[in-house]
Amino acid sequence: MSTAPSQATYRDAIREAIREAMHKDDRVFLMGEDVGRYGGCFAVSKGLLEEFGPERIRDTPMSESAFVGAGIGAALGGMRPIVEIMTVNFSLLALDQIMNNAATFLHMSGGQFNVPLVIRMATGGGRQVAAQHSHSLEGWFAHIPGIRVLVPGTLEDARGMLATALEDPDPVLIFEHAGLYNMKGQLPADAGPMDIERARVRRTGRDVTIISYGAMLWRCLDAAEILAKNGIEAEVVDLRTLRPLDEATFLESLGRTHRALVVDEGWRSGGISAEICARIQEKAFYDLDAPVQRICGVEVPTPYPKHLEDASFPQVATIVAAVDAMVPAHG
Amino acid sequence: MSSPVESQTTREIDRSHGIECLKQMLRIRRLEERCAELYTETKIRGFLHLYNGEEAVAVGVVQALGPDDAIVATYREHGHALVRGISTRAVMAELYGKQEGCSRGRGGSMHLFDAKTRFYGGNAIVGGGLPIAVGLALADKMRAQQRISSCFFGDGAVAEGEFHECLNLAALWRLPVLYVCENNLYAMGTRLDLAQSTTDVAKKAAAYGIAAEAVDGMDVLAVEVAAQRAVAHIRAGEGPFFLECKTYRFRAHSMYDPELYRSKAEVEEWKQRDPISNLVSLLRQQGAIGDSDLEHIERNVAKELDDAVAFAEAGTWEPPADLERFVYSERRQT
Repeated sequence: MSTAPSQATYRDAIREAIREAMHKDDRVFLMGEDVGRYGGCFAVSKGLLEEFGPERIRDTPMSESAFVGAGIGAALGGMRPIVEIMTVNFSLLALDQIMNNAATFLHMSGGQFNVPLVIRMATGGGRQVAAQHSHSLEGWFAHIPGIRVLVPGTLEDARGMLATALEDPDPVLIFEHAGLYNMKGQLPADAGPMDIERARVRRTGRDVTIISYGAMLWRCLDAAEILAKNGIEAEVVDLRTLRPLDEATFLESLGRTHRALVVDEGWRSGGISAEICARIQEKAFYDLDAPVQRICGVEVPTPYPKHLEDASFPQVATIVAAVDAMVPAHG
Repeated sequence: MSSPVESQTTREIDRSHGIECLKQMLRIRRLEERCAELYTETKIRGFLHLYNGEEAVAVGVVQALGPDDAIVATYREHGHALVRGISTRAVMAELYGKQEGCSRGRGGSMHLFDAKTRFYGGNAIVGGGLPIAVGLALADKMRAQQRISSCFFGDGAVAEGEFHECLNLAALWRLPVLYVCENNLYAMGTRLDLAQSTTDVAKKAAAYGIAAEAVDGMDVLAVEVAAQRAVAHIRAGEGPFFLECKTYRFRAHSMYDPELYRSKAEVEEWKQRDPISNLVSLLRQQGAIGDSDLEHIERNVAKELDDAVAFAEAGTWEPPADLERFVYSERRQT
């Protein structure tokens, strides 16, 4: 077993996490479209077929419902499958299996049959791949009781969350933003299982709490840099997990900042951002000095041309402008 | 083996085995009749799908399985659960929604589960159980366990994309799956020939390179013999097997169904082929059974059901404080 490289990409981090899990536990295997000979659509599993063989790095036909359901069955049968759905867009073809089987078996069986399954998929837009390949549906999945929804935004989380997910007795969905795979950073060699239930404050600040996750986290951090130059200190909360939603962390933060902005690439209506706003209203209404604001994906099917696509997703400039409007004059 | 063939029933039957098959079918028939009454009495609520007429399929197939094999069934699964050995008490308590039920009352009629007998549920999404059976079989293959995963579904499931995905996957990976199509000719209210361009269901399996056989699903002995052949095929490592059991549902699809889509004459015609009366006639012809034997069996079945109803009546409701249990596991696992 090799140790993780110190300089790595988000993609490398996930690959290392898979490798480590497969070395550690022979019940773990990876299954999905093009995970083997192709090396994974996003090259996450590149080289794993050679290392582990076709039984454990298992190419599947384009049958999302069958292989996701087979993952559920294999989990029930004593294995620890990692099912890769190429992108969230295709998860819709397996939604029945995820929602009606994976999420319900434990409950319907009165506690007899838990489903220790991990499903990974790429999510998000920003690559000019138009309306059918740019969805951010992790907020949708977070609506479903019985599953966990993880949204690693950092290399460390990409590396560590999988190990914890595999130790979980219940189904865990991991959404990897397609725009993050090439992100570079330092990766601790001893990265291992980590907390998957708590949000983290990625930047501290006193004036406003920006709540986000995944690729948008980095736009928020960039915006916070710019805001800091103008004298506004933004605190940035990385949700990390959308279900269960760790409200304590963002409530605690806005208890200090008294202002909150939610930034979500997903559509506004009925999205995870709406849930966060509702929780703030329920639990922290009297802490607020200003109405909670949201920047979400504009509610259109994602357009192809870059200028329109950019206009449909939250951008650093729009985040900066929103915070400027929320925080009183300073200087 | 890959071309669908009508199976031939061996008509010389072992007396005690014949009586056992009869008993099992009667247990199911009388349970379903009792369920219909209890539904009218509002003891059982929600959806209730009765198996009357199709008993030979569950009895014939489940008897051919071993204790370590798995069963994935549909929402019309009371019969499979009983033959598999889930207690009549636990089944009835489940139908009542009591916590003494086989799924703690949380599943109801459509979701009977039992870990001890590897009964992976009634699945109430048409076709939804097929991938589960594929996965169970995949786990067994990867862990070198000599077990079969059986999967029951109706002719309606044949129209689902999942059906084709799963047949292909099981054949591609040569998995130990026994597919059992309970072809009762109607997908809820839509007749097979109004839903399928090719009504020969077993042929569809053969198209995936799966050994397939169609059998008279009203004949418990024929079903059992065919299921034994299927099981032998799978245990020999020859890959999946597809068994189409041609059968008929005597009652409505569910308790809500006014049955506008088929004639009474058609139902009556099929009732002439009742698997229970047919087996009784056969056993009588062979002098294997008489009136007193039949009465004895019926009495025992009635007693068993009375006991199960009393058990369910005396059962307890899970406290609402426990509502949110079993959404996530209560302990970590290794």
